[in-house]
Amino acid sequence: MAAPEISTAAVPTLYTNNALRNAFGGVLAFFILLLIGVMAFSIRLFSVIKYESVIHEFDPYFNYRVTQFLAKNGIYEFWNWFDDRTWYPLGRVIGGTVYPGLTLTAGTIWWFLNSLNIPLSVETVCVFTAPIFSAFASWATYLLTKEVKGTGAGLTAAALLAMVPSYISRSVAGSYDNEAVAIFALIFTFYLYIKTLNTGSLFYATLNSIAYFYMVCSWGGYTFIINLIPMHVLLCIVTGRFSSRLYIAYAPLVVLGTLLAALVPVVGFNAVMTSEHFASFLVFIILHVVAFVYYIKGTLTPKMFKVAVTLVVSVGLAVCCAVIAVLIALVASSPTKGWSGRSLSLLDPTYASKYIPIIASVSEHQPPTWPSYFMDINVLAFLVPAGIIACFSPLSDASSFVVLYIAASVYFSGVMVRLMLVFAPAACITSGIALSQAFDVFTQSIKFQLPGISSNKEVDAAETSSATAEAQNDAVKTEKSEETSKNRPSKKSKKKEKEEKPSTKAKAEKKRLLALPLDSSVISLLLLILLGAFYVVHCVWAAAEAYSAPSIVLTSRSHDGLHVFDDFREAYAWLRHNTDVDDKVASWWDYGYQTTAMANRTVIVDNNTWNNTHIATVGTAMSSPEKAAWEIFHSLDVKYVLVVFGGLVGYPSDDINKFLWMVRIGGGVFPHIKEPDYLRDGQYRIDSQATPTMLNCLMYKLCYYRFVETDGKGFDRVRQTEIGKKYFKLTHFEEVFTTHHWMVRIYKLKPPKNRIRGKTKKSKSKTSSTSSRAKISGTGKKNPWH
Amino acid sequence: MEAPIRAREILGFTLLSLLFFVCRSSPSHNLLISNAERRIDLSSHIVKVYLTLKVENAGSTPTSEILLAFPPTQVDHLATVEALVTKGKRKKTTIVHLDVKPTELPDAPNETKYFTIYLANPLNSGESTTLEVLYLFTHSLEPFPAEIGQSESQLVFYRDSALILSPYHIKQQTTFLKAPSTKVESFTRVEPTNRAGTEMKYGPYEDRPSYSFSPILIHFENNSPFPVVEELVREVEISHWGNLQVTEQYTLVHGGARHKGVFSRVDYQSRPSLNGVSSLRYLLARLPPRVHSVYYRDEIGNISSSHLRTDSRKSELEIEPRYPLFGGWKATFLIGYGLPLQDFLFESSDDRRYLNFTFGCPLLDTVVDKLTVKVVLPEGSKDPSAVVPFPVEQHFETKYSYLDVVGRTVVVMEKKNLVPVHNSHFQVYYTFKPMFMLAEPLMLTTAFFLFFVACVAYLHIDLSIRK
Repeated sequence: MAAPEISTAAVPTLYTNNALRNAFGGVLAFFILLLIGVMAFSIRLFSVIKYESVIHEFDPYFNYRVTQFLAKNGIYEFWNWFDDRTWYPLGRVIGGTVYPGLTLTAGTIWWFLNSLNIPLSVETVCVFTAPIFSAFASWATYLLTKEVKGTGAGLTAAALLAMVPSYISRSVAGSYDNEAVAIFALIFTFYLYIKTLNTGSLFYATLNSIAYFYMVCSWGGYTFIINLIPMHVLLCIVTGRFSSRLYIAYAPLVVLGTLLAALVPVVGFNAVMTSEHFASFLVFIILHVVAFVYYIKGTLTPKMFKVAVTLVVSVGLAVCCAVIAVLIALVASSPTKGWSGRSLSLLDPTYASKYIPIIASVSEHQPPTWPSYFMDINVLAFLVPAGIIACFSPLSDASSFVVLYIAASVYFSGVMVRLMLVFAPAACITSGIALSQAFDVFTQSIKFQLPGISSNKEVDAAETSSATAEAQNDAVKTEKSEETSKNRPSKKSKKKEKEEKPSTKAKAEKKRLLALPLDSSVISLLLLILLGAFYVVHCVWAAAEAYSAPSIVLTSRSHDGLHVFDDFREAYAWLRHNTDVDDKVASWWDYGYQTTAMANRTVIVDNNTWNNTHIATVGTAMSSPEKAAWEIFHSLDVKYVLVVFGGLVGYPSDDINKFLWMVRIGGGVFPHIKEPDYLRDGQYRIDSQATPTMLNCLMYKLCYYRFVETDGKGFDRVRQTEIGKKYFKLTHFEEVFTTHHWMVRIYKLKPPKNRIRGKTKKSKSKTSSTSSRAKISGTGKKNPWH
Repeated sequence: MEAPIRAREILGFTLLSLLFFVCRSSPSHNLLISNAERRIDLSSHIVKVYLTLKVENAGSTPTSEILLAFPPTQVDHLATVEALVTKGKRKKTTIVHLDVKPTELPDAPNETKYFTIYLANPLNSGESTTLEVLYLFTHSLEPFPAEIGQSESQLVFYRDSALILSPYHIKQQTTFLKAPSTKVESFTRVEPTNRAGTEMKYGPYEDRPSYSFSPILIHFENNSPFPVVEELVREVEISHWGNLQVTEQYTLVHGGARHKGVFSRVDYQSRPSLNGVSSLRYLLARLPPRVHSVYYRDEIGNISSSHLRTDSRKSELEIEPRYPLFGGWKATFLIGYGLPLQDFLFESSDDRRYLNFTFGCPLLDTVVDKLTVKVVLPEGSKDPSAVVPFPVEQHFETKYSYLDVVGRTVVVMEKKNLVPVHNSHFQVYYTFKPMFMLAEPLMLTTAFFLFFVACVAYLHIDLSIRK
């Protein structure tokens, strides 16, 4: 950063001031970025400070377990890992069905630290992976926005992204999920695409493919990239913005990117076979056709060109029609039209609720509500339109990409609340652009209105609002660079640009004409700062209060201090230490990952909901009467059944509240389970008005067994009602463990021998025939052998 | 069911004792015990035996060795033997600890094991002295019934002999057994035998020859939990920057009667006096004073149920396992804390440094089956040696921690079957040059310096081909 200062020392004094300012701005920008990174990291540590350094929720536990395996057994074992702890008796090939990006990243960090003799545990590395990568993500946002609208907008966007609640919700310390690294990969891929588009450099194009590869490794959301970039390319072609840079930005990405994507086992041939990827190939062909046309246009005379066009178009149309017909026939032959369930529910929001209850049952697959937009992106929602307008003046290749990005992500976030995460970076980028442009305009006007300052602008600008001044400076600079040099900017040319800066003064003169009145611009500035402050306050609140709970340990504040509900880990620790290593534990699939990771016991179903029938079997067992349920569980070798019950302490997301989904999913495969049997007049209730089927099903019995003895009435604090059936006995299950607040109850299947009495007697009589012959002759008349 | 078993066992023991009589040998017959009193405390799961022996030298030659005999079944469970002599008159009595060492005798009847007490002054002929012996047994209370339900109380057997096993002739002896409660189901009678409340008195028995043995069996209620640490690894890491970091890894098990069948939380919470009386609800760890940054966790995270009380003399950490431990239930956890170094590290006269720290397990009233103490010395320390007041297995390891290059020497000490008596101090001596403290900061400084130099160099180099 100090280099330009030295190199321009010999340049005439006219330029020295400017170069110094540039150097100063560069250093300042560097430190601002560093601080943004630190902020992005530290705002996510609320969960560690308020709770503890622990893995959160459900999916992260699986990722953590996979990382542990990777750290312990190495990469080759990891690829071949067949996990027999889940989906009993089917098992799961982890290496081939998991997006390995996150695991490999954390595993590599752990390995690196350990080879430097820094003995951090795998858990610690996993907990802090997400905050580290959100710092990276904010830097990537800076780079991307800088490519679009200059340094000032970049810094603003990076600062916004560092603390946007939507992203915080998925990347607090301990939230060790794919999205943690995927958002960084997403933004970075977009940055490299824009960078290639701006420079036309093959170097960046290659990097872009590698970044895309990393994204494919990390998250299933990579399909968003491979559809959005083709859309942008198509947009560029349609709006007549085709250039060689566009070709270089896109063609290597498709070829290299698809090849690399096919290397990831979980994607494999899907990279060329499924409909999610077809758009990219189609655009690839179109791009080549267009490139060819441009080439021909360059070599032929205009007259010849017209003839050629008519010829090619008529032939080409026929061929295209044929190819498209074949393609459509191929696609239509597959039942889901070549689309996966989740993608289909993206295109048709009502698809999941109609056909796949298991996707619909997940809360993060629901469409979001309006308040959740305000909660997750807050004031950005108002700044986004301004940002889009700013992108149109002037519209460049890069800014059109941002517009397209935000339009697409707004739609997707409206379908699935989880995809709010993809929307958040786009919102941050556009809002960053809007904010920095607004600051530009206002500070410019203030500068123009105050005559004392305009005379020696440089000095004061550096002192008063150096960051914004710098932003404006660089905004101008990049505009310049877009106009003048599209070729690869070597260091020399960068320096040249800086030396060219004085010529922008003429431009600034023009801008003065657009200046606003002094008082109104001052007030607007204050209002903008107020808006920013409101955003910061909201983000800190969201990070501290809303999104930091690890959900495996709950706290409640009462008049006598903090109360901790650590029931889940209590139950898992009990299972871990006091049951046999090979015992099978049945529970609803939500708790599968946690049980395998924390209790180290085999589960029947888990959160990777790949086998609907298996989940339906468990759902059926839970909604069957005790005897039928016992038989189902016994046939699955289950020894313990785990239920989560919140009725005593008022924990709302317990199994009774999820029970209707079990009925629906179970009934989807086994038709003898009918949802209306569990509802009284279409209402789901567990009080005395509940249906007998409901009161006799296994889930009800396991949850409320001896519950009435706690308070004498059996008052359920979640449902706010007294339970329907209070006194009953379990015939096929016995309670073996209940946690301190009753949140987890574990039952053991009673051994079968006491029930089938007749059979055991018969088999006994065969083995010990001599001693009890007299008895048999009396009772065993049915047996033809005696 | 119960009676025949006991009868058979008693029969077996009688036979055994007969054998003792038959093949008894005669080592040093010149000693005899004129009076012996034994008090056996059965109130916790560590059986404490206080033995007062009045030894008389009836022979002609002075002797300074006195033998204690134990049947082989008891020796396996014997955690420690201590002997002491009180000297002086009433006002100014002084206690002298005596050396006790296990001894092998060639002609020991029925694999009897011996411990030798070495007197400070030889006992001349005709003289007599009074010895106080304390020994502790672990795992000596056998739960019967072996499995109990949640609401049942825990009954245990204790086996011993009414007569003190000794290679010497005992003129007069009495044994007192103290049960934790008045609920004693049964006890063997060897007349004269009396029972008063919680105490049973066997004896006095007159003039019993050497190796007399008369097995007794007591079946009584003991509802105290039996906390047994199956394995404990204590790691003490010395940092010369002023901190002593201790990490203790426990595998805890309730060694009492195994839990059978249902665990009902509603019964356990509503009627705690009747349900799960023998369950292990909490443990108390006594830590050194000025302890800081205490943590208590297991492999799945922090355990929130703990309290720390500190005062100037000691710190008490009350910890609850995640769930109450019933018989046979296990739990693992980790306790870590930091201590100021100046309380534990000293400089010896020969310019070496030594760490003075407690050896045993800080949990009160627990038995430790296997203890490993690892003392991690700072990088660059030399000639480590450990001084422990009792025999332990020792070896050295190397550990790599933050920014280590050559690794830290670890002194590893292992011992089996420990009781709280073993919480005595041990010392680890080593030499260390303070220069080594600067190695790591210097390394970091150099690394950063080189990084900045590389940055400056990179900014000054123009690698582009076109000029």
